[in-house]
Amino acid sequence: MQWNSVSEFFAMGGYALYVWGSFGLTAAVMVIEMVLIRNQRTELLRDLRNELRSESPSS
Amino acid sequence: MKIRAIHWFKYSSPQNFYFLAGRLWPWFAVLAAVLMAVGLWISFFVAPTDAQQGQGYRIIFVHVPASQMSMFIYMVMAAWAGLGLAFNTRLSGMMASALAPTGALFAFLSLITGALWGKPMWGAWWVWDARLTSELILLFLYLGFLALQSSIDDPRRADKACAVLALVGVVNVPIIYFSVKWWNTLHQGASVSLTSAPSMASTMLTGMLVMVVAFWMYSIAAALARVRCIILERERHTEWVKHAVE
Amino acid sequence: MMAFTFKPLGLASVMLAVLRREVSLAMRQKGEVLTPLVFFVVIASLFPLGIGPESALLLRMAPGVLWVSALLAAMLSLQRLFATDYADGSLEQMALSPTPLGLLVAAKALSHFLLSGLPLVLMAPVLGLQFGLDSQALKILMISLLLGTPTLSLIGSIGAALTLGVRGAGVLLSLLILPLYIPVLIFGAGAVEADAAGLGASGHLSLLAALLVLSLFFAPLATTAALRISLE
Repeated sequence: MQWNSVSEFFAMGGYALYVWGSFGLTAAVMVIEMVLIRNQRTELLRDLRNELRSESPSS
Repeated sequence: MKIRAIHWFKYSSPQNFYFLAGRLWPWFAVLAAVLMAVGLWISFFVAPTDAQQGQGYRIIFVHVPASQMSMFIYMVMAAWAGLGLAFNTRLSGMMASALAPTGALFAFLSLITGALWGKPMWGAWWVWDARLTSELILLFLYLGFLALQSSIDDPRRADKACAVLALVGVVNVPIIYFSVKWWNTLHQGASVSLTSAPSMASTMLTGMLVMVVAFWMYSIAAALARVRCIILERERHTEWVKHAVE
Repeated sequence: MMAFTFKPLGLASVMLAVLRREVSLAMRQKGEVLTPLVFFVVIASLFPLGIGPESALLLRMAPGVLWVSALLAAMLSLQRLFATDYADGSLEQMALSPTPLGLLVAAKALSHFLLSGLPLVLMAPVLGLQFGLDSQALKILMISLLLGTPTLSLIGSIGAALTLGVRGAGVLLSLLILPLYIPVLIFGAGAVEADAAGLGASGHLSLLAALLVLSLFFAPLATTAALRISLE
């Protein structure tokens, strides 16, 4: 453990923008990707269920 | 022997793979999360401060995994593509399509984190060194794949065309990499290479390795989750899908 | 349109027949052959306009600029490589003929080189003079283009086959094959620069030749696969 204080940790020896920018962007991309996949699935299921509902009364 | 062969090909049907992927992907997601936590711990609390680069070098703990995975995913994509062309299976093309967005995102991340690393270290947001330039070209290859896929309406034709493109691409990647290296050394461009990591303490190597595996598990989870959506979309008119969505 | 007779023809004469057909079709639409050439001149002229007329700078940039311009001009006519034949049904005839489709595809790619690439090779020295290249550099430029443009046609045929009949095929084709063109560009422009720097162009030119041989063997394969997929 080499951080003497929390603020030192966040400052990252002056490289805060670059280090936290990189890690933050990576985290953001991963989260967004997961959200997008989940949204894709929800929409798809909704569409398919609507299709089924509109088919079944007539069948 | 024959029974084992049957079991294997059972999962080449989209229907069976859909449910297998459904059971598997949460495990890969958990694995990814755990490994990511461990990797982050090592990145920030175990790996020491670098003598030359200070705290700034820690970016390699996301930059290197992103670039490694972007290249690895492209090869896996091409492998699925080859399988799909050889055996004419529907699922192979779906897997290739499921992998492409993740790979493209990692290529993009690799470029941005490379820039964020380069700026404080070597003073420029972008240097035309061999690795970054090859990564840029890899991103172009991914974008071409995604563009071709979205412009062909028939999904089977799109899969096969993208498969040919992926195979042509994967054959070209070594040629492109070699030519870019040649180009770079000949022009004596950025003489500092972003790949020359600081003299690596073993903890740094461990951290990188853990993060690479974490990214790998994440990619598998994302691909499996995405392929489930693709399967539902493509197979929407089959009976099993109708039962599955009720 | 040329009729394919049922007399068993030798492979070489079939390929020659394809070549002759392509050339005679192109000659009827001379504009289509000249447009890439004009495009080459226009793009090459844009660079000085954008960068400034300082001769030392232009001389330095000339190999790269001329190569990029030639590359883009060669790419311009690729879309029509298969599209017109696809539209009138002769492409399906070629796919069904007893001659291996790979050979026909190779012949078409080579005809594309003759109609697009070769004029660029011949035009390049004129533009090179505008950039201040000396005769030795012009010679190397021409050789590099001569070796490189057939490769561009062969690789381009893959893209043309993949995007056959697709929406927005022109731009998509460019996006797909430009990354694949990069090695040719690097060695082509690099040859001229290396020669100017006194290092000799033989390394670059041999690599260009190697790329040509590789694409001569493998591009028709990929193009054939792509055509069969597009024709389904």
